[in-house]
Amino acid sequence: MAEHDGTGPAAAPAPADPPPRRVRIVLGEVGRRGDADRLRTDLAEQTQIGEALVRGLVRAQLALAMRLAVVVVVGLGSLPMLFAIAPGVAEIKIVGVNLPWLLLGVAAFPFLVAVGLTYVHLAERNEQDFVALVRRPER
Amino acid sequence: MTNPYVIPALVVVTLVTVAIGFYGLKLARTTSDFLVASRTVSPSWNAAAISGEYLSAASFLGIAGLILKYGVDVLWYPVGFAAGYLALLLFVAAPLRRSGAFTLPDFCEIRLSSRRLRRLATVFVIFIGWFYLLPQLQGAGLTLATVTGAPYPLGALLVGGVVTANVALGGMRAVTFVQAFQYWLKLTALAVPAVFLAMQWQSDGRPPVSPPDGLTFTQATTVVVERSATLNYADGRTEQVTPGTELTFAAGDRVPEVSGAEADRGAAWLLPGDPDRGDQGLFATYSLILATFLGTMGLPHVLVRFYTNPDGAAARRTTLVVLALVGLFYLFPTLYGVLGRVYTPQLLMTGRSDAVVVLLPEAALGGGLLGQLLAALVAAGAFAAFLSTSSGLLTSVAGAVSTDVLRRNSVRGFRLATLVAGAVPMVLALNVSGLDVSQVVGLAFAVAASSFCPLLVLGIWWRGLTDAGAAAGIVAGGGAAVGAVLWTVLGPPLTGWPAVLVAQPAAWTVPLAFAVMMLVSVVTRRRLPGQVNALMLRLHAPESLRP
Repeated sequence: MAEHDGTGPAAAPAPADPPPRRVRIVLGEVGRRGDADRLRTDLAEQTQIGEALVRGLVRAQLALAMRLAVVVVVGLGSLPMLFAIAPGVAEIKIVGVNLPWLLLGVAAFPFLVAVGLTYVHLAERNEQDFVALVRRPER
Repeated sequence: MTNPYVIPALVVVTLVTVAIGFYGLKLARTTSDFLVASRTVSPSWNAAAISGEYLSAASFLGIAGLILKYGVDVLWYPVGFAAGYLALLLFVAAPLRRSGAFTLPDFCEIRLSSRRLRRLATVFVIFIGWFYLLPQLQGAGLTLATVTGAPYPLGALLVGGVVTANVALGGMRAVTFVQAFQYWLKLTALAVPAVFLAMQWQSDGRPPVSPPDGLTFTQATTVVVERSATLNYADGRTEQVTPGTELTFAAGDRVPEVSGAEADRGAAWLLPGDPDRGDQGLFATYSLILATFLGTMGLPHVLVRFYTNPDGAAARRTTLVVLALVGLFYLFPTLYGVLGRVYTPQLLMTGRSDAVVVLLPEAALGGGLLGQLLAALVAAGAFAAFLSTSSGLLTSVAGAVSTDVLRRNSVRGFRLATLVAGAVPMVLALNVSGLDVSQVVGLAFAVAASSFCPLLVLGIWWRGLTDAGAAAGIVAGGGAAVGAVLWTVLGPPLTGWPAVLVAQPAAWTVPLAFAVMMLVSVVTRRRLPGQVNALMLRLHAPESLRP
């Protein structure tokens, strides 16, 4: 759901202390209020449980991003060093083209997309886990 | 150059750009529509628009020119330009969208509630924007001069004028459609001729791109000398030439080396590393990697586009599509640079290697109908590159000027700001014409990586960031990078290690920015904003959990 700031984004600077939002109560929702709602309130009102939950999510997402960044740093970042230490590697030819040209000119791009695809998949799963945790605390 | 199709092609690109702008203008009704396209842009359109905006003159012309000159080492430019989107995806995309920030200054205010930090960020947005606009306008002037013989100021003013008018009249919505169209135009303009060029190379019996005993001219070529130089011929003869001298070479003649011209030859071109530079070369490579990987997330014209995604998950998916589209595009410039060694080796003598993409089709395929049509297509693509990147940059600079300098949040204020923001780089472009397009763009990345990258990464992932820390880090890292940029552009040339440290500053300015930002934040702990946990929830939790 998008925010309902009402103002244009150029005017966006959110005030430091937004006034409490008006909440619309619908009868049908009353029956479903329970533990899940309490947790959501915990999140919104900054109780210790809420804070721990958010910390857990941030940590999980950061760890995921870092792991995949390491994959790229090792996969691509080690190449200049490798070519400097072992010049012979650069002279290997595959179908008449030197290896560095193939690695940097072609292979690097699908590699980056594959890492990105993995990240999107796993990051969305982290978020689904978080939503499930908040919505169904009994599990 | 007497190609009858070039000027019509450029006119068509410009007219279509303006026409889509007016189509968008009819749809743009409210201020919100005008500035962020009311967030009704779908992820595929949005991704094409981001890619179209991102692929500038440096990508379209510069990379091929650098490959022609320096060979495999500069492949790190396209790899880094693409990998920047992966860094953006991993660390910034979804949280930035969820923060609700439209621009980098907005992010400063939302995250750290500091108006002073906001003003500092605005200064950097405007600097990076103008610094990135300048080479676009110059590239336009030089390209138009190369393909049509028009005077240099005409191209710079033409692109500057079209872009300013289009942004002022159509706003972001129009720009989104224009940018998406221009991504596909740019891809077509490189990919279609590339197929013909590869076929031509095959049918010519695959002439070697890096022959052991030097390059040769494949056809009779006339070179007009632009600077005094000493030519070293393959048979040991040397010749002093002065500007205006016409040199004629027959097909099969060796290409003479020009003393003092920077270019890698033989094995240094074909293989990574540079035996003459050793550690300095390795440092420069890693510095370039750092600048391009981390600089993309700090480019102001890239970030505003994320606001048009409906939510954080869509922002992630958009970034992934951008990564794929940009990667697809970068497969082609390499081919132009490599085949340029076979068909346009004279560019190594004149030093105008940025022209290789525009000149190659006619040089390889001859001046017949096919060669001329493909040359016109490539010129149209180059023009699209100038138009689209300049539009995006101008939109974000104008946004910063109208919000934070003029302080007028209306369509009229935005239009006024656009005129101001567009005029400055046009005046600069008329007065400076000696800058190297790709290097300048690389320096703009270094400034972005040393200022906004630490701000975004620490702001999104670290609770301990304070406004004082953020400001100190931006001033230290970004300021050092700006200093290096100004020295490169204005200062006297350096040699040895100082030259490398100034020409490729990211490897020391980025760590400096991170270190200062964290250190000062720890020292000024008392200034921590009160609502950090609420902010972290807003940045990282899916939108479905919002009350």
